[in-house]
Parts: sequence; structure tokens; C-alpha cells
Amino acid sequence: MAVLTIKDLHVSVEGKEILKGVNLEVKGGEIHAIMGPNGTGKSTLSSAIMGHPKYEVTQGSITLDGQNVLEMEVDERARAGLFLAMQYPSEISGVTNADFLRAAINARLGEGNEISLMKFIRKLDEKMAFLEMNPDMAHRYLNEGFSGGEKKRNEILQLMMLEPKIAILDEIDSGLDIDALKIVAKGINEMRSSEFGCLIITHYQRLLNYITPDYVHVMMQGRIVKSGGPELAQRLEAEGYDWIKKELGIEDETVEQEA
Amino acid sequence: MTTETKIPFDQQYVRAFSSGRGEPDWLLQLRLQALAKAEELPLPNPDKTKIDKWNFTQFANHVVESAPYASLDELPEPVKALIEAGEETKNLYVQRDHTPAYLSLSDDLRAKGVIFTDIFTAAREHGELLQKYLMKDGVKVDEHRLTALHAALLNGGVFVYVPKNVEVNVPLQAVYIQENDDIALFNHVIVVAEDNSRVIYVENYISTKETSRAVVNIVAEVFANTNARVFFAAVDNLAKGVTTYVNRRGIAARDGRIEWALGLMSDGDTVSENITRLIGDGSFGDTKTVVVSRGEQVQNFTTSVVHYGKHTEGYILKHGVVRDSATSIFNGIGKIEHGASKSNAQQESRVLMLSEKARGDANPILLIDEDDVMAGHAASVGRVDPIQLYYLMSRGIPRHEAERLIIHGFLAPVVEAIPIESVKKQLIEVIERKVQS
Repeated sequence: MAVLTIKDLHVSVEGKEILKGVNLEVKGGEIHAIMGPNGTGKSTLSSAIMGHPKYEVTQGSITLDGQNVLEMEVDERARAGLFLAMQYPSEISGVTNADFLRAAINARLGEGNEISLMKFIRKLDEKMAFLEMNPDMAHRYLNEGFSGGEKKRNEILQLMMLEPKIAILDEIDSGLDIDALKIVAKGINEMRSSEFGCLIITHYQRLLNYITPDYVHVMMQGRIVKSGGPELAQRLEAEGYDWIKKELGIEDETVEQEA
Repeated sequence: MTTETKIPFDQQYVRAFSSGRGEPDWLLQLRLQALAKAEELPLPNPDKTKIDKWNFTQFANHVVESAPYASLDELPEPVKALIEAGEETKNLYVQRDHTPAYLSLSDDLRAKGVIFTDIFTAAREHGELLQKYLMKDGVKVDEHRLTALHAALLNGGVFVYVPKNVEVNVPLQAVYIQENDDIALFNHVIVVAEDNSRVIYVENYISTKETSRAVVNIVAEVFANTNARVFFAAVDNLAKGVTTYVNRRGIAARDGRIEWALGLMSDGDTVSENITRLIGDGSFGDTKTVVVSRGEQVQNFTTSVVHYGKHTEGYILKHGVVRDSATSIFNGIGKIEHGASKSNAQQESRVLMLSEKARGDANPILLIDEDDVMAGHAASVGRVDPIQLYYLMSRGIPRHEAERLIIHGFLAPVVEAIPIESVKKQLIEVIERKVQS
């Protein structure tokens, strides 16, 4: 069973400290939700875990099954079992979705163990059908000209094709209408197993109506300030964040202008 | 050191050469007039590249005789790779330096009146037709020294003629092999699509050996007459020692369409000029060019679409990868003449720099002399986008492979447009080699 362990994580962007000591453990089989208003460091956490070039870890540790994630290149992190569904996926012209996915799968399997074309196509067809995606999307250039909803769905397609141990979903629900949201949730629920851990970053409670988290954390000022079960998300939905700020004596919850 | 500019071949030589090929008198006269002009006209002046020290005029041999190929089995391996295997009829011309070495044209196309033959046979057998198009309304003899020299010393090429209402839906393929050192190829290609006709022409220039010094001077003239459609694809892959001047020109009449897909992969110093003139109302020009420059080569690529007719549409797309210490200048010119109302001129130039020493320059220019038009351009010069790299790597793809995917994707607009699978495959391989090695 996979374990992602984050200890006392401090992260800076362009010299400004955004995360100020995050502690979190996500195990296979668990779904965690990190909630919080804009600008509290949620996306920074996901980017730092994956190794975005702009984010600098200044203190603390991230390990996956005891291995030091911070010493790995971005691609090594992915091959070790991490996956980040991005808030703003890149568009890559001239590279088809299918070619990209096959390259990604084969990078994991390693030379000599490549997936057969038939097996790949079967799996791709099946996952695309599950996510109610138009089969043409496989042959379109990666994310190019995709609508916001199509991009998010495409992130979930990659998740299902690559089958990581631990997935981080960064605002996968932003910009989705309710039908698309349900499909995205369906994909994530399909992945649920004792072998799969998931960290959902969101500032809306509505996604959690479709994916019940095991743990809910609230982030403010670059730290996790409160943790609880699914009932915490419901209370946040009903009452907002002010009661937490009051309880903890926080006036301004932000640390940054989140991109 | 001064550069020798005197033309090494005289009137007497040109007369003897022309008569040796059994050329009609008009062609001899064209050559002689051109030769006189070649002495006095200046070199072309490609924007931002100095070419006065380049060797366009000095070479030991104007013509080498090579043996024709009795069958496709005799083709050199890299040329074989360009030809579609299989039983389907091939419409293929292969030229070995200056020698027409192989030709096949299907009976079907022959019966429909399609002409696909080497330029000398065309001069002898279709003289009047050739005279109508050869360096008249397309590229003019007196544009500069290299067009004049080209006409004077023309020593290879093909003539493609598609009669009215004939649609040729299979590609006509021409392969020009450069295999001898210290030679000059003055290759002339004419593609004529008569009213309502349609043709797909694909050409490859390929060096089969290392070359220390050679000169290649190419002129292609493409005519899409009323409502005709021409698709012209080229992959140029000449060796490092070859200095190339290549001028590909299109003339579109009313509702005519010309589409270019040019993969310019030569390793030598190159001046490339690709101009499409949209004469007729409603005509359409689309030009896609991809380039990989490496080593120390210096290249200049000018692409232009000139709008004369009303409701004309012109699109320019240029993507260049520059590595090592190579220099590549990309000039894109969209020009709308007075009276070409409701026209649309769009262009996009992007240059990807893979090393510190590489030099690349994208110069988009819009010249507009009419009010009621649309026009736009986008240009960028930069490195591989680190955020795109991060995205691909975050799926487990190693950095090197991620870069490779991005570069191939960047060059895909022309690769995807190539209508012959074997040529497409070869272009992908050439790109792979040029980008990786």
C-alpha cells in the first residue's frame, strides 16, 4: 500500500514563502480533500509535490513509500506513482492525445515492456467510453482547442490510463457544469481501491457530494489549520470559513495571490 | 579575398548545349538573353542575410552524364525509401544529377492528356505549351542574377500539365538526386493545372553522398488556372556542401487554389523564396513551411502571399527549429494590393531555439493598400516551453523524450500534410536525425 508523507513542508515562489509547514499523510485506499479559500496555498502544495519548476522547497520533506520525492525529477516522480491532474493543463500542438498517452504508459513500463498497440487501443476506447468522451478526442492534438470541461475530462482519462498510486486533483471541478462534474466524479470513484490514494484540492464543496472523502483538511496561511471527516466539508458548505478563522484567531487567511 | 563572380560558361557553350538537347530556337534565345543579363544583374537581396560571398556561380561541371535506372531496384537505398512500395501504379520521375533516369506515368493519366515528363522532352515535344509558361508570368528571367543564370544554364527539371477538367487524385512524385561533387543543378519545375483541374505534386531533393562543393538553383512555377487546385509538397534534403537558391512561385487565377507544404531540411547554406500571387478573385493560397537548421549553416526563408483579386485568402505558417550555431531568418510577407477588397491575409511564424549559439529571427510583415480587408500575424522566437515540458514529464515521460515530442509536434503542420506515406516517413526520420544527432 502506497503512502505519501509530507512533513513540515515550506515552499517559496520567486522568493516569497507560500507554504509554511504543511504536514499530511495520504495512504492507498484513502481520499483526502483539501479545502480553503483562494490564495491560501492549496495549488502550491500540489505543484510542489509534482515538482513544478517555479516552486522551491526550502524546508521539510516529501516521501512516497519512504523514497525521497524531492530528489526526483518530475518524470521520476510520475513513474514512482504520483499523478497531478492540473488546474490548467498545457496544450501541445502536433502531438495527438493517443500518441502522448502511449508515450506516457510506455515510459512507465520501460524499454522492452511496451504496451501492445491493440491492448492500448482497447484500454483507451474503454476509458473514453466510460468518461463519455468523443472517440475523435484521441486523435486531436493534446488539449489543443479543448473546452475547459474537455480538458478536465482529459486529465481524468490520463489518470485512468496511467493508474498512479497517489493522485492529486488540483481544482478538477472548477469550470465544470454539473453533468461534467458527475462524469469526472464517476472516473475518480472508479479508481477507488486499496491501491489508490487521492488528494482532492477544491474550494467548492459540491464535488464532495459525488466523491465522499475520508478526510477533509482546511488550509489557511500556508498551513493545514483544521482536519476532520466528511462532516467538516458539510459544515463549511453551510457556514463558510469565518467560524474557523474566528476559532483560530485568523484575520487574513491568504498568503498569496493564487495564479 | 575577392569572390569570383564571372560566369564560367559562355555563349558558345550555351549554344552548343542547347543544340545538343535539340531545343527549339525560342529556348536558345531565352538562354542567350538570360546569359547576357546574368553578367550584369545583381544578386537577390534577401532581408537580413548577406549572401555576396556565397558561391552561386562557380562549379567545374555544368552537366554530368549518368546512367538511367533500368528499374526501381537500381535506385540508391535512401531514394528507394522515398518510393511507396506496392503494386499500385507509380507516377514517378527520378533525375540523377542532370540525367532523366526513370519515368513512369499511368496509362489512365496519359489517356486523359496529363503530361509528366522531363523538361528537355517537354521542350522538344510540347514546345508551345512550355513556352507559354516558362519564365513568363511566374518567375521572370531578369529578377536578379540567379534567375537569369538559372534560365541561361537550366539543366534539369520536369513539366507537369493537367488539362481542363481532369482531376489527378494520386500524387505525381519527382525525386532529384544530387550525387556528384562540384556540379551545378539548375532545376526547373513547371506545374500547370488548367481550368477546373486538380493535381498533387510531391518532390524530393536528396543528396546521396557527402558533397564538398555544389550549387543548386531551383525555380518552380505553379499555375492554378480558373477554379483549379494544386497541392505542392516538397522535402529538400541536400548535403552540407551544397549552396542552394530555391524559388517556388505560385500564380492562382480566379477561384484557383494553391497549397504548399515545404519541409526544408537541407544542411547547406540556403536562400529560399516562396511567393504565391493571388491574381484572380476568390483565389486561395496556403503555405506551410517547416525548417530544421543545424551546424553552422546560414539560411534565409522568405514566404510571401500577394493578394490582387477580391475575396482572396492567404495563409502563411512557418515553424523553424534552429540548433548548434546555425542562423535562420524567416521573413513572412502578406501583401494586399489596392482593389483586393474583402481579402484575408494571415501569417504565423514561430522559431524554436535549441542552443545558446543558434540565431533565429522571425519577421512578419503586412503591407496593405486596401481598406476593406482582414489581416493578422503572430510571431515568436523562443525556447521549448518549460511548462509544456513539465506537463509531459508529469506523466512520466523523460525530459529528452518530452522535448522530442514537442519538437515533432511543432513541425507536424507540414509532416501531416505530406500526401505520400513514404515521403512523410522519410521527413519524420530526417527531422529525427537533424534534431537529435
